[in-house]
Amino acid sequence: MTVDEHAQKYPEVWKRFTPRQTLIRYAWYLGVVFVAIWSLDTLEIPWFYFLDAHEEAGDLFARMIPPYWAFFGDIAGPLIETIHIATLGTAITVLLALPIAIIAARNTTPNAFTWFIGRFILVASRSVNTVVWGLVFVAIFGPGPMAGIWSIAARSIGFVGKLVAEAIEEIDQGMVEAIEATGASRLQVLLIGVIPQVLPVIFGTIVYRWDINIRESTVLGFVGAGGIGIVLYSSINQFAWHEVSVMLIAIFGIVLVSEFVSATVRNHIT
Amino acid sequence: MSTPTTWRPPKLIANPFLRYGLISFAVLYLICSLVPNLVPYVSLDIDWARAGRGLPRAADMLKRMVPPDFSRWELLQKGVFESVRMALAASLLGMILAIPLGLCAARNLVPMPVYLVGRAMLAITRTFHEVIIAIFFVKIFGFGPLAGVLTLVVASMSFIGKMLAEDIENMPPGQLEAIRATGASFPKMLLYAVQPQMLPRYLGVSIYRLDANIRHSTVVGIVGAGGIGQVLAASFSRYDYDFSLAILLTIITLVFLGEFFSNWVRGRLR
Repeated sequence: MTVDEHAQKYPEVWKRFTPRQTLIRYAWYLGVVFVAIWSLDTLEIPWFYFLDAHEEAGDLFARMIPPYWAFFGDIAGPLIETIHIATLGTAITVLLALPIAIIAARNTTPNAFTWFIGRFILVASRSVNTVVWGLVFVAIFGPGPMAGIWSIAARSIGFVGKLVAEAIEEIDQGMVEAIEATGASRLQVLLIGVIPQVLPVIFGTIVYRWDINIRESTVLGFVGAGGIGIVLYSSINQFAWHEVSVMLIAIFGIVLVSEFVSATVRNHIT
Repeated sequence: MSTPTTWRPPKLIANPFLRYGLISFAVLYLICSLVPNLVPYVSLDIDWARAGRGLPRAADMLKRMVPPDFSRWELLQKGVFESVRMALAASLLGMILAIPLGLCAARNLVPMPVYLVGRAMLAITRTFHEVIIAIFFVKIFGFGPLAGVLTLVVASMSFIGKMLAEDIENMPPGQLEAIRATGASFPKMLLYAVQPQMLPRYLGVSIYRLDANIRHSTVVGIVGAGGIGQVLAASFSRYDYDFSLAILLTIITLVFLGEFFSNWVRGRLR
């Protein structure tokens, strides 16, 4: 081996990647940059809006300070309504998500058709945002918390159902076979063999979703589906920024508290 | 002492006081919240007579929705493309901005004051729903996709940043110490100790966020921040329910494809 060959085989400077890997990596970078430029370019963004953006933002914050603290008295009711919408919507989810998860899991669904139906419900429920569900349910139930509760439920079924269906597909099949071997009916197999195995997942997911739902229910009022969002939207439309800042602080508070409660409960369950 | 002859499945909550306490609390909660004007402030203001008329209204709405009207597909296509581009651009920018934010919020890398600022930013951006953030961006940057992109950037940044921060905190400290022991500077430590451990999950989370952004891009339009959501909100307010159903079906397909793509990429990354 000549000195050159030796130097090539055992380089003195350590490199993580071979030239080929580096080339492929740069090809990826180039692709990503291309996609970024294409998507930003075709959106036809008016860049000159950035020129006075800092002034607009500064103006907005100046109008928000000081917060109009006395407004807390007016928003206590809507805040409680927001929490109710999230909680009751989640309660409906508990009742509806489990049967749908059972027919959407491969190992518990009766036949291919029910499996397809189950999967379709889960995908449809998850694809449509809570606020869009809000539009639908306001048209059905009229404005108010009822529409909010159902929109929260409609969106959460997909979330909870998907995670529970995945948990059902991963259960220990031995327990199910043991129960089947005793001559249990299908329902008994479900109740004793399947559901106890996924109960911790069900409760964990529900509590987790509840805390997301608190966040979602703060904006349901924008489409008229009840809660603090109605007051927030009207204050924004009236440019009452002193009131808006109070509501933002209140929302920040309840979301933080609900996140803390949800994390504590989940730690106890699992 | 007699031996039990029938088997009962063990209860989820072993303590009977806690179990019955929780059940009675739930029942009490349902009664107090759902019966109108039972408890001031706590009871929801639900118009049950109006809600009862919901079912026939839903049937009527369904009748007007079916068959979906795809004749204005040009408008639909424009909205869908705008949503996808918004999601792409926002995911990329969010991915980039998440790195400094995630590093600042990792306790084992940065000093306490920086950590607190990083965590505070994560908490604030995560608490507020996309729609609330969108309203502010619409106020600052005017109607259109720019406000939508910026909203999704903020949301992606805080989502990926939080995951990144938590991953860095849970990282085994061995490599970090080994690289530090070679006398590496802080940027080199990031590059050789942190980055190789984080990269696969960071990419996985970012791809997940891309498909989440496609879902969220449908909702920021409701407050005028561009995309298919704006078309949907307009069709709902004009009671164009057959066009709304066409949009909803398109969104469901789009989200389904996005999810499929994201699962495929994440499977390849593993």
